[in-house]
Amino acid sequence: MPAPLLIKNGRIIDPANTVDCVRDLLIVDGRIADPTAPPHSNSSKIQEIDAEGCWVVPGLIDMHVHLREPGEEYKEDILSGTRAAAAGGFTAVACMPNTKPVNDSRAVTALILSQAEKADARVYPVAAISKNSEGSALTEFGELKANGVVAVSDDGLPVRDSQLMRRAMEYADDHDLLVISHSEEPSLSNGVMNEGIISTRLGLKGIPTAAESIMVYREIALAECLGKRVHIAHVSCSMSAELIRSAKARGVRVTAETAPHYFTLTDEAVMGYATNAKMNPPLRAEKDRQAIRQGLADGTFDAIATDHAPHSMLEKEVEFDRAMNGIIGLETSLPLSLSLVREGVIDEQKLVELMSMNPARILGIEGGTLSAGAVADVTVINPDLAFTYTEEQVVSKSKNSPFLGEKLQGRAVYTIMGGRITHSLA
Amino acid sequence: MTTGYFFSHRHILDIEHLSADDIDFILTTAESFKEISARPIKKVPTLRGNTIINLFFEPSTRTRLSFEIAAKRMSADTFNISASTSSTTKGETLIDTARNISAMNPDIIIIRHSFSGAPHMLSQYVNAAVINAGDGTHEHPSQGLLDMMTVRQHKKRLNDLKIAIIGDILHSRVAHSDILGFLRMGSEVFVYGPGTLIPPGLQELGVTVCSSMKEAVQDADVVMTLRIQKERQNDPLLPSFREYASEYGVTAKVASWARPDALIMHPGPINRGIELMPDVADGPQSVILDQVTNGVAVRMALLYLVTGNS
Repeated sequence: MPAPLLIKNGRIIDPANTVDCVRDLLIVDGRIADPTAPPHSNSSKIQEIDAEGCWVVPGLIDMHVHLREPGEEYKEDILSGTRAAAAGGFTAVACMPNTKPVNDSRAVTALILSQAEKADARVYPVAAISKNSEGSALTEFGELKANGVVAVSDDGLPVRDSQLMRRAMEYADDHDLLVISHSEEPSLSNGVMNEGIISTRLGLKGIPTAAESIMVYREIALAECLGKRVHIAHVSCSMSAELIRSAKARGVRVTAETAPHYFTLTDEAVMGYATNAKMNPPLRAEKDRQAIRQGLADGTFDAIATDHAPHSMLEKEVEFDRAMNGIIGLETSLPLSLSLVREGVIDEQKLVELMSMNPARILGIEGGTLSAGAVADVTVINPDLAFTYTEEQVVSKSKNSPFLGEKLQGRAVYTIMGGRITHSLA
Repeated sequence: MTTGYFFSHRHILDIEHLSADDIDFILTTAESFKEISARPIKKVPTLRGNTIINLFFEPSTRTRLSFEIAAKRMSADTFNISASTSSTTKGETLIDTARNISAMNPDIIIIRHSFSGAPHMLSQYVNAAVINAGDGTHEHPSQGLLDMMTVRQHKKRLNDLKIAIIGDILHSRVAHSDILGFLRMGSEVFVYGPGTLIPPGLQELGVTVCSSMKEAVQDADVVMTLRIQKERQNDPLLPSFREYASEYGVTAKVASWARPDALIMHPGPINRGIELMPDVADGPQSVILDQVTNGVAVRMALLYLVTGNS
């Protein structure tokens, strides 16, 4: 167990306890110490962090990443991916099942968790809804849950069969597992970017926003009629946000996440056939970007997740049509999300809710709070620290980011997992 | 032309990035080359010693031939690589192909590719000048330029014209180049076709998307018909060619709605009896073969200009 750690003079932002004040935070034995308790007896051994001018928040949690292990370790592995997570201020990540083989069994889950023992962030596996994510037969939710899985999702593949999705929601509820929907109507989505004026100008096949929203509505309809829970992944467009907002108002048990690129970029980022701006769902139009920001402000979205999708240059330095979907995001999520605070879209409390407290609650995992006795997952953020995001400083094995070369502001200066410092800029 | 104009383009990747002055200059240069093709000895030494590679990843007869004739009439050495003989069938990436070809120091690479943006990507990896001979559903700039040259030749201007483009706008890279080119030169562009073949956002470019053939063709100076791409009919875009011919085919009656001196154009190859009726295609207003002739002149001009001869 690491030595006690005293984080001094930071601005503690802990929405779970409606705390926002400047004070010290003490970590003892990997847990948050009671601030009212007497000072630690053996104070000479206490390690100190000066957090003056910084925010001290519960460790950030990214509920949607791809760690590529097993099977595609040349893109990322559990160690490199969690190092990137720590560098971005994350103390925990939920990793999607589209590995090779697909995480649809206890064996793959066990392998992921055994690799994660040495990792720089907590790793919570998400298993597939259907065997091999083929959309025909359910995986063994009970056994998967018992072995450490926190949610089920066929990830990049939509569940085409509505009956199977219904059964997944029902059966997941028996095991208190979250069902995460990759909402996409496949017959409408055989394009490579958002459908609109930019796709017309570039001569690239478009994907209409309806491809996403139709499926978002199906999931809401199922959840509403069954009274079950569903989580909508990486929402990209206005119509989906509206559907989720009205469903929540009716009391449907739906939660949703969006990703930093959807509130930061539009499909104009694809101009010049930039494969680092190719993703699914695709970057949308400005009105969608604005709707996503509005949805973050008004509580339509519960979480900011990155959909961290590492690809090597082999998959990206090709013709746009042939390039794989996805971008890395763990190291840029916090600075991009901090810009929402600077621009007045959300406040500091909301940021912490979206990036820590809510993901913990939705997944049912520890973390997301600085309550006394809670696990000591803490992120110290300097909200003003400006830096240029260059390829050299990318910690992830892959460099596929549309934000390379951008000047960003605000980043994690310390990431602390269970009392152990996993990242430090000092 | 403005004083002190300088043709600054290293590559010809699209019409979108050509200014009105650029287009005017290219067309004027092309006109000066046109006469060479009419000589008994159709060859000038202008590009002697230049190596030109035709890199065609997609079948093409007329465009490839047109570029090759243009190159040879200017005494360049040309080499043809087609998809079936290229190493991409062995799994080589386009970038590796490009680097290998580049290592042989060609001066110009002319590329046709089924993916939009492939010429753009190629241009970032080679030293040679790159000319786009058609990429995916993006652009076909030399075809757009030869269309403009043909219109200018007959109408003596490229501004204040009504250009009607009929048919499959969605998949037509020619239409995309034409739309951008004619708008850039100050003409109005009207399009008409089945809703399944009209791409989104055209109005934002300044195009009038018509709801009837008559609205598009009435008083038009140019009626540009597009080829129905039979190879793309796996997506349910059209119920039948029969219906297409009756609803969207350009007949003599349709042509009569245009101005009496309107030009009938088509980028070829024509599906006779589907998008264009034979009597119109071969009629007195048709300038389809002029387009082909002008294609050689435009391509001579492009080869000349990208080798830094402006």
